[in-house]
Amino acid sequence: MAQIQSPLPGTFYRASAPDKPPFKADGDAVAVGDVIGLIEVMKSFHEVRSDVAGRSIRFVADNEEPVMAGAVLAEVD
Amino acid sequence: MLKKLLVANRGEIAVRVIRAAQDLGIATVAVHSDADAASLHVQIADEAVNIGPPAAKKSYLNQANILKAAAETGADSIHPGYGFLAENADFADACVAAGLVFVGPSGEAIRTMGDKVAARSAAHAAGVPVVPGSTGRVADIEQARHMLMDTGFPVMIKAAAGGGGRGIRIANDLAEFEAAFPQAAAEAQAAFGDGGLYIEKVITRARHIEVQVLGDGRDAVHCWERECSLQRRRQKVWEEAPSTALSDRVRDELCQSAVRLARAVGYSGAGTVEFLYDDETEQFHFIEMNTRIQVEHPVTEMITGIDLVAEGLRIAGGEPLRLKQRDIVVRGHAIEVRLNAEDPSRDFAPFPGTVSALRVPGGPEVRFESMLYAGYTVPPFYDSLLAKLVVHGETRAAAIARLVRALKETRIEGLRTTRPLFLALAGDPAVQANAVHTRWLEGWLDTHSARLVPEFQP
Repeated sequence: MAQIQSPLPGTFYRASAPDKPPFKADGDAVAVGDVIGLIEVMKSFHEVRSDVAGRSIRFVADNEEPVMAGAVLAEVD
Repeated sequence: MLKKLLVANRGEIAVRVIRAAQDLGIATVAVHSDADAASLHVQIADEAVNIGPPAAKKSYLNQANILKAAAETGADSIHPGYGFLAENADFADACVAAGLVFVGPSGEAIRTMGDKVAARSAAHAAGVPVVPGSTGRVADIEQARHMLMDTGFPVMIKAAAGGGGRGIRIANDLAEFEAAFPQAAAEAQAAFGDGGLYIEKVITRARHIEVQVLGDGRDAVHCWERECSLQRRRQKVWEEAPSTALSDRVRDELCQSAVRLARAVGYSGAGTVEFLYDDETEQFHFIEMNTRIQVEHPVTEMITGIDLVAEGLRIAGGEPLRLKQRDIVVRGHAIEVRLNAEDPSRDFAPFPGTVSALRVPGGPEVRFESMLYAGYTVPPFYDSLLAKLVVHGETRAAAIARLVRALKETRIEGLRTTRPLFLALAGDPAVQANAVHTRWLEGWLDTHSARLVPEFQP
């Protein structure tokens, strides 16, 4: 199992907008470079890309919740 | 006079408003999110109430929690600062409905100025020149064609319900216009639930000049103008007063037209009427009115000696306007720069963190408006403004020299800040000559940003 950590402190978003589907749902496959969420830092948005590949992702961090740099956002099997 | 003021904001503006209230003998209530419990505004207020989690919509935008905090602390008034709920007409109405004084204009005035088409119409009716374009909503392409013969191209197609740069398309000729118009209507309908569009001519090289007004609901005065042409992505980074670009005749016309608009909408409190100004034609055009205190208000305070926040509190407390127009006199020149937690050498990447050491600039005619203290951790959840450095001098050149001196004194360790940007701008011949326009800074950054590396001491 691998972990995807937040590169920045801020607010974690699982979708590009409130009315859009999440970038990844629990159980989706993940490739290296896939966008799995956004971190909002001081009103600017930064994509979080997976640096691992796997057949199933499971989110640990909740949508629209504060995270610290290095916090685990998701686990990948 | 107000007795107890709840300040519904955070950061430097909450500190600024609390100080003004305390100077007038008004008790103060700070509100804060979980992330701001150790903030300076919480420390200096007489009382503080936690209004929710870090996310702004759960705390600083949570109207129910803020009104509950006011009721529980016995506050008689709410100051919204800028941003958050400051231009939310429904919140202003909700305060009044709860028996509180909202420090600012009526919900109705906020609503009129918040609807961009209504604001253009109000300005036009008050004899204030607007950017050439449609007087109201444009129903269809046929109606637009007639108007476009007068305005020419390029034009912006804007959503009536838009704002903050959203819902804008640019057309360079009639063919582009005819293709873009139905798309813009569909987008506006989807994004704002209102497909209404209006049209404005693109003014390609203009200065941003704005007029500070104060009203008491019956009468209004102006406190002269500010120039804020140095912008990045429509965000002001350097503001000054007065503008050296205006002749006395144009300055008077501009300021008088702002007063006419403020009177026409029965404006109460401190507000700003924003214009684009074209050097070549010496024409100014209304863009919008901000119905709140603005970030850059201190430059006006420095040249007029007026405490704009305190005047706003007095007006909210029921006093008539104390200032007569003839008493509002400009002395010298003032400049403000925004020290943000951003790295200007890396596309202004945000840089939250902990202030490990702090040295604040001082001396005559220097103001440092900030919530920073040594050991303070800047949270990542809100905007990146750390401090406003405001200086005054007898002349613009003297103000720039004092700005450089004060910037060199300033040390904010543990963070990267925009300080190197302002040292470089202060030394630039175009800035020294004020030969700039609203798109000038972005072009300058393309060639200069790489050398704006912040000194960084963890």
